[in-house]
Amino acid sequence: MKRSVMSQKIGFFILSLCIITTLFFLGIILYFITVRGLKVISWEFLTQAPRNGMTEGGVAPAIIGTFYLTLGAILFALPLGLACAIYLTEYTPKNTVVNILRISINTLAGVPSVVFGLFGLAVFVKFFNFGVSILSGSLTLGILILPGIISASQEALTAIPHSFREASLALGATKWQTIRRIVLPASLPGILTGVILSIGRAAGETAPILFTAAAFYIRGYPDSVFSEVMALPYHIYGLMTEGTFPEKQTQIAYGCALILMLLVLLISAVAIYFRQKQRRVHYG
Amino acid sequence: MDKHEVQIRVSNLNFFYGKTCALKNINMDIYKKKITAIIGPSGCGKSTLIRLFNRMNDLVLNSRVEGHIYIDGEDILSAKTDVVELRRKVGMVFQKPNPFPKSIYRNISYGLEVNNVKNKKYIEEKVIDSLKNSALWEEVKDRLNESALMLSGGQQQRLCIARCLAVEPEVILFDEPCASLDPISTRKIEELITELKKQYTIVIVTHNMQQAARVSDYTAFLYLGELVEYGTTEKLFTVPENPKTEEYLSGKFG
Repeated sequence: MKRSVMSQKIGFFILSLCIITTLFFLGIILYFITVRGLKVISWEFLTQAPRNGMTEGGVAPAIIGTFYLTLGAILFALPLGLACAIYLTEYTPKNTVVNILRISINTLAGVPSVVFGLFGLAVFVKFFNFGVSILSGSLTLGILILPGIISASQEALTAIPHSFREASLALGATKWQTIRRIVLPASLPGILTGVILSIGRAAGETAPILFTAAAFYIRGYPDSVFSEVMALPYHIYGLMTEGTFPEKQTQIAYGCALILMLLVLLISAVAIYFRQKQRRVHYG
Repeated sequence: MDKHEVQIRVSNLNFFYGKTCALKNINMDIYKKKITAIIGPSGCGKSTLIRLFNRMNDLVLNSRVEGHIYIDGEDILSAKTDVVELRRKVGMVFQKPNPFPKSIYRNISYGLEVNNVKNKKYIEEKVIDSLKNSALWEEVKDRLNESALMLSGGQQQRLCIARCLAVEPEVILFDEPCASLDPISTRKIEELITELKKQYTIVIVTHNMQQAARVSDYTAFLYLGELVEYGTTEKLFTVPENPKTEEYLSGKFG
């Protein structure tokens, strides 16, 4: 066999080995969480509040809390991030100032999440006096996912061919009409991909809501954005580190983990549905 | 040459990309409801010139323009020109077909919508009219709601022409409209351009000399940013005055 053919075969072999390893770990995670989580999941688990020091009943308040926190974070970060991305890609010339802005945003993405938690405590909880609440937690999570949304949106916007913009301008459309009616719809699939990734991030983070939104146990359900809430990731953390019945608590923690995964999947599915719909309309 | 009405008058025009001078002292009159072809080797400034007619070069950073371009007597290079208004009057078809990633119908209605046409019935009539006038109607009448990206390259280019016709321009600029098309699609576009002459003033940039000879009434030969020769197509192709033109036409360079 020729050397070049041989080295190609070895290359492909290594590549496929890598993908198999990755899939193996993904499969194992899904398998363990599902098998262990399914043991405790029941209708009661999904719809009831915890009882008997977290060892019985369900985790409904935590599911609802995580849902609100994630939704709030997206509602805050998506419009803001998208507006920043539009400004940076469409309205500013490519110069040093913009580059510095870009680098700052990327740096923000690298800040550890617990630092965002402390920031949220100082700014939203204390300074704005929102208290430990859904609002403070959502805003903190929102800032956490903001850099991701901005860079995904920027990428999606710059991927739109210049020829679309030219065609629109040549028809007598203004720059804003061009952005709103041509560039944004065409880049929506890419933007939604950023949103989907952010949903997973926001739903799963524990540190940012530790001091800003979450409590281990709350009687009843949140009734306003100023309510303190239970949240799935923090509930898992609490179950594994506190309490007096570790065996029972560990099982419930796996149940929570499975539900958290399903919740992220569900919210992402909505975004994926919109993305597919948009792709069909636009690209046939 | 001056028995026709002038639509576009270019006067002492210079254009710079940074420090490079891309167009040097261009003077020419473009006539109403005639087809004017601009030919010349790659990089001679043909596209640059017609992209000034609808101020498309405004988008180019570090560019500078001197001189005047009058369209119907108005200097469109002046700072007071409403560029949006100008582009409505001077349409453009680009080198590569660039339909929007929208349905066939919406590709054409878009130009009307951004120009604040609200009447649905009028828009619908206009869409059908434009498709008929661009010889595309028969091929797409049953699938107006399909994505325009499903069409072939030649169909896409005719859709771009339809899109341009819908906003009722007076002048249509074609920037090498057949450069990426096969011979059959090219012939269809050429027939269409000839047909459109009845209603519109047409300027077409092409590097294809035969195409210029086939479709145009007037031809301008541009070389290294200078207008070497400009006259009726018949004269320029048969008895060119400038030796440079003759050399180019006979394929000695280009």
